[in-house]
Formats: sequence, C-alpha cells, structure tokens
Amino acid sequence: MSGIERKTVLPGVNLSCVYTDKFKNGLFSAYLMRSLNADDASKNAMLADVLRRGCTSLPDMETIEARLDELYGASVSAVMRQIGETTAVGFSSFFADDRYIGRSEKILESVLSVTGQLLLDPVTRGGMLNSEYVSSEKDNLCDRIRAAVNDKRRYAVTRLRELMCADESYGVNPLGSLEKADKINHVGLTRHYRHVLEHSPLELFYCGGAEPERVEAAVLDAFAAVPRGDTERCDTEVRIDCGQTRTVKEKMDVAQGNLAIGFRLGEIMYNPDYAALSVFSAVFGGSPVSKLFLNVRERMSLCYSVGSSVDRHKGVMIVSAGISPSKYDAATEEIFNQLDKCRRGEITEEELEAARKYVASSLREGADEASVLDSYWLARRMDGTDCTPEELAALAECVSAEKVTEIAESVKTDMIYFLSGEESAE
Amino acid sequence: MREIRYEKLDETLWRSELDNGLSIYVLPKKGFNKKYAFFAADYGGCDMRFRVDGKWVETPAGIAHYLEHKMFDMPYGSAMNRLTENGASPNAFTSHGITGYLFSCTDGFETNLRTLLEYVSTPYFTEESVEKERGIIGQEIRMGEDNPSRAVMTGLLRALYRTHPVREQIAGTLDSIARIDAGTLYTCHEKFYNPANMVLCCSGDVEPQTVEDIAAEMITAPRGERYVRDYGETDGLLPDRIKEIREMPVGIPLFAAGSKMEYVPGREWTRRLITAQLGCDLLMGASSPLYAEMYAAGLINGSFYSGIMDFPEGAAAVAGGMCAQPGEVMARICTAAEALEPGQNERSRFDRLKKAMMGGLLAGLDSPEELCHSHAERHFDGVLPLEQMDVVEGIGAEEAVSLVKELFAAERMAMSEIVPPGGEA
Repeated sequence: MSGIERKTVLPGVNLSCVYTDKFKNGLFSAYLMRSLNADDASKNAMLADVLRRGCTSLPDMETIEARLDELYGASVSAVMRQIGETTAVGFSSFFADDRYIGRSEKILESVLSVTGQLLLDPVTRGGMLNSEYVSSEKDNLCDRIRAAVNDKRRYAVTRLRELMCADESYGVNPLGSLEKADKINHVGLTRHYRHVLEHSPLELFYCGGAEPERVEAAVLDAFAAVPRGDTERCDTEVRIDCGQTRTVKEKMDVAQGNLAIGFRLGEIMYNPDYAALSVFSAVFGGSPVSKLFLNVRERMSLCYSVGSSVDRHKGVMIVSAGISPSKYDAATEEIFNQLDKCRRGEITEEELEAARKYVASSLREGADEASVLDSYWLARRMDGTDCTPEELAALAECVSAEKVTEIAESVKTDMIYFLSGEESAE
Repeated sequence: MREIRYEKLDETLWRSELDNGLSIYVLPKKGFNKKYAFFAADYGGCDMRFRVDGKWVETPAGIAHYLEHKMFDMPYGSAMNRLTENGASPNAFTSHGITGYLFSCTDGFETNLRTLLEYVSTPYFTEESVEKERGIIGQEIRMGEDNPSRAVMTGLLRALYRTHPVREQIAGTLDSIARIDAGTLYTCHEKFYNPANMVLCCSGDVEPQTVEDIAAEMITAPRGERYVRDYGETDGLLPDRIKEIREMPVGIPLFAAGSKMEYVPGREWTRRLITAQLGCDLLMGASSPLYAEMYAAGLINGSFYSGIMDFPEGAAAVAGGMCAQPGEVMARICTAAEALEPGQNERSRFDRLKKAMMGGLLAGLDSPEELCHSHAERHFDGVLPLEQMDVVEGIGAEEAVSLVKELFAAERMAMSEIVPPGGEA
C-alpha cells in the first residue's frame, strides 16, 4: 500500500490518491500553491479563514457546522503549510467512511462538494468578499501574529529564521507582519483571491477506501468551476554558502532560555540525497537516538529539550534547545562538538544503525496516518518525486557512514540566536 | 484470550486477565505497519495521598511523574536506549490519572514488548541517579511555567477546587520535587506498579496470543493491593474562588471559565462525561447560534473551545481561548445556558451532534495510540471506547440540556485569566 495514483484532472489541477482499505475515515485536501513573500504572506495566511466563513449555499459558520455535524462530524479545516519557500493554502477535510456508518449516505461526495464550494464560491456582496468576514479574520490574524510570542521555543526559531534569512523569502514570517496585515481590506483581498484562484497550481489529495475513479468523479463535480489561467511557479532558493557565523541575543521575561542555531547544508544541496539527509539528521539531532539527545540532554543534562530539524527543500538545518541561561556556553559548545564528531566520522556502527532504523520505521509508521501521508505526498509534489514512504525507508536502511560524514562536512553554521530572561548574565 | 467482535465497526477486541490481575487488551489493525504497545499504571499526578494498613501516606507533588522519568534506568543502562537501538520509538507520560509507558515500532515487536514489560516492572534507583534527574525535571517544570495555556487551566482548577489534588501541577514544583529521593520512588513503585493496578494495551499489526504469552512470561509478580487514594474532600459544587488572574508575557490574554462536575463511579461516569460534552456542543459548539454570535461580534476566535476535562473522581466543564473580553464571553454563556430549552430546534440540532460524536468515535479507530490510551483509561473507570457508540445513541436532548444548564449556571462558575504585564495587550 501507500502507492500513489497521480492525475492531472483539470489544467493545473493535480489529484493524488492513496487508495487503501485500512482506514475507517477518509482525508481530502485542496491546496493552492503560492510563493512565500513579504507582500502576500498576510493575505495568504488569512485567505482560507475568510473562505471558511461562508459560501453561497452555506453562508455562515452556523450553517456550515450544522452541515458538517450532519455528515457525521466531518471536519473541513482551513490549513496553511510551508514547504521550503512555498506556502500551501487551502482546506483539509477528514470524514467517516460511508461503509461504517451503516446507512446509504455519500459522505465523500458531500464533503468534497462543501470543500469545493468553500474554495470556489464564497459569500460575496457586489462581487467582493464579505467585508465583515474579512475584517474579523484580519483581527484574528493580527491576534495570531501577536500570540506567536506565547510559545517561546517556536518564537525563538521564527526569530532565527527572520534574522538569518533577512534577505530571503525564507525569512518572511508565513503569517506576515502586523503592519502588512493591518492594510488588508476586502477589496484588496478579493483581488488577491481572484488572482490566486486563477493562477495557482491546485493540489488535491485523497487517502481512504474510495476507489480513485469515484474520487475523480467527485472532484470533477466539486471543482468544475475552478477558473484556470497560466499557473505561476513556486520555487525555493537554496543558498549554498553563508558568511561568518553571526550571534544575536534577545531578552524577554522568560524563566527558561531558548537557543536556536541555524545552519546551511552547503554543497550537498547541489544533488541532495534525501534518504542520506534523513539519516544524517537522525544521527546528529533529529531523533531520540541522536548525538544531541544522548549527549547534550541525557549524559550532560545541559537542557530539558534539544532537537534538530532539516528543511530538505531549503537546505537549512535548525537546532533548537531549551536551556538554563547559565548553561549557554556549555550547551552551544557541546552542540558544535557533536557536529564536529559527525564531520570527523566519529559515528559508531550502533549509532548509525539506530538512526537508519529510526528513519525507516518513522516513514513506515507515518504511512499509517492519513494526515502524515497528506503532507508527505504534498512535499513529494514539490520535489518532483514519486518515491513512496516504503521506498524511502528501504533507501534509508542502506545509507553509509561516509555519506553521513559527507553531509556533516558540508554543513555551515550561519547564526546563533538566544532568547533569555532579563536577569540572566551575558 | 477472549474475543469480542464489534460487527458494525469491523473491529475485534481481545481481552484477558492474568491470574495475578494484569489486564490485557489487544486491538489488531489489519493493513497497518505500526505495532503499538502501552503499559499503564493506575497512578497519576493526582495520586499523592493513599492509605496503607489503615494509615495515610503523604507523598510530594510530582512523584508519579518523577518515577516515570526514573523508570528507564536499568542495571544494564537505559531502557530508552535499548528500545531505540532495536528500532522502537519509546515514550512515556504522566497524566492526572495514569502513568503510561509506550513504544511503537515496525520490526522487533516481541523483543521490544519484553523490554517494556521488564523495565516498567524493575525499580532501579540510586541517590546519584535520582539527584541527576532533578535538574532535568526542574527545567521541564520551568518550561511548563512559561506555557500560558497550561497556566490558565491550572488557574481555573485552583479556583474551582480547594482540596482536590488536580490543583497541583503533574510535574510538581521545584520545592516539592526537592523532597523526592530514591526511597520515596521505591515505595511508590511497590505500591502502584503491581499487576492488579496495571493494564497492557496493544494495537496495530499485532497478534493477540503473542501479547498474552509474553505478558504471562514477563509479569510474574504476585497480585498486589489496590490502595485507596485521597482526592480531597467533597467540597460541594460551588467554586472555592471565582477569579484567578496571573500576569505573563502573552501577546493576547487567555481565559478559561468553568465549573465542577459531580462525580459518579463506574459506567455512569462515562455516560455523564459524554452527556456533558454533547450539552456543551449544543450550547456553544461551533454549530451553535451562541458561537456564531460571539464569533461575529469579535468576542471569540478560532481558539475558542468548550468541553469536559476529566481526572480522577472529578471533571470540570470548561470554555476558554484567547480573548480580550472574557467577562463578557462568560456572561453570554451563562445567559444562554439559562435560556436553553430542549425545543424542537434544539432536538434536531442534538441529533446532528450525536451523529458528529459518532463520527468522532469512528475517527479514533484509525489511531492505534488513541485506541490503546482510551482503553487503558476507561479500563480503570468507565465504558470501553468501542461500546461508547451505544452510550451516545441512548442519550436524550433533555438530559444534556439540564446538565449543561447546571454546569454553566452563573453561581457555579470560576474564571481564570492570563493577562500581559500591566493588564494590556
């Protein structure tokens, strides 16, 4: 299972289907693909929320939710995902498979129809999006931008991205800025919506027990009205080099220190080996068998949490750690020390094998969750491969220590960011 | 093992109880790659005071959670590492009511299951290792202190309850964990990690008989006692205090408003929790007129939630979210609760909400994790998940309305708020 059937069902509209009978629910998602940029970020971030407020046949939340309750608690959520410097904006729906409801209801067709209407046929007045909906979702967006500071660890990573990639799209906050958000009105957002709908690639995904033919028919029915012009490409710029390592320290009233370190993956991004990148990440910091977890946290107790994540599209790796401010020097030193060990090839056979197993079983276990498959296959659309989780798992099981070392050698430190309390010493 | 077939849901539950009292549930999921095991003790953050031989024993807040952290230490080293080296993703958590140890894997399930059952049954603590953990847990506690969503819920529980241990943080405080040593941990392990107080749940690509055989081979301890715990006095249904405000560096203020729900033991408890949840959905769920009205007025946003939070021998009905005018939101909820009647419109909405809840139960069947966790929790108190469809079916609009009217009656409410320093966003 987990093979994918891909088909271009309408110009610029691609349907990907994972057909499996192992789930008792179906998942369907529809994403408009946009380039991340400072001018449009806030508009993209609120677009699906505005559309989710009402369509012609279900003009307000109450009628939408009542319809979804009727469909056995189907959910249709406004979703925004980031893949490198691409923003995917749209809806993700999760719903019961007809077979287990025991009545002859066509839940799949009904849910796709609701999703299609929300995306294509919003409530309008004089051809414009409802100004009340726009204004209230603008307020919500501003609240979300302000609330970003509530989660300190994530906030530190966001600040690192903004500072490290100040002149790249990657540095743009996907929610945009308060300044830009504040200028949005229903006229401008309507114009943006019409443009986006006509010119964005539309990626559709289904996972569940309905045959692809049935899904395709439901899609053609629900999305027939999508306007199609030339589609605009979404690309991610990869920077191989960076200058000297920069350090930025900021203060806030927090009990714990939050450290975020940004790296460029370097030359290996000319010809990235995704299986090897995953295993490198698991060896260094992206798993509970990693050097960072076992040494910085477990052996030396320098932090409560530490982990690294690799963005394979952008070629950036970020290490994030929650530390006591007094441990700043010791923790950063040890993080770099562990990276140096990877560079010198000081990776034991046990560490390597554990990392390979971790990557392989994470991929295989991910295939048991429809939402994981949704993001997995959307990301594969962006890197243009059809490698299944099982195939990638098999490749990961064969990654050599040399390959991992080669990646570690290619990695360059770009920026160290530290967020800590007012009272802590420099 | 005994096989229970749920034909409509196309699910099979295998269950058994070993002679020493260990309960086992297995829910095979065909087509899944994942194999998931969950081994839990009926012992959580609320279990701080219990009776042994007629005497009450007091333990510090955070003890169950501290024990969870230390269980991974084995004479051979770290059980965590042994599991990860064998390809498993292990983890553990402590909730108010239970401590659960778990792993998922795709290969090596039998070896991993043996490792899990062995380490959770083997206390191995030294003063030195216990001391070392104090720093890590201290960091975890401090991280939790920076979490406004957690703080707002703690604030509400503290306002509602005067004596129930749900007032305490599951991880405890820096002061309370300072009083924990190897001796305390050995005592609590001995009292609560005995087969009669534990449950093993497995799901995914697993063989029921294999699970039972391995459990019988590994869990050879004698049946222990089920100690009586103290969950505070029954101090009535009115809140202890009506308001709790705390300043934290948040961009947008947070609130949680709610009331105490009266506990009834056994199957009736699950029924009451579900009835209350349906009542909340009817009153202020996303498809209610009240939700639409408050959303349109800009009083609430997508972060608004309402529902039931349960813990040992208690539950709170809660509404909360990010909000600049929580007083107004609470007032509107109470007014709407007072006016709510099971009229024709409400009845048809209620039928839809029941459909939605059944869909929600069906959604849980695709997750081996959720299946195992919910079986473990309900094994100790309530109705097993696969039987909850029938419970939902039998609940009427009248009882849900009358329960939610009680739960959101103005005099029973308490309010917790987290506001930015100086009180302004």
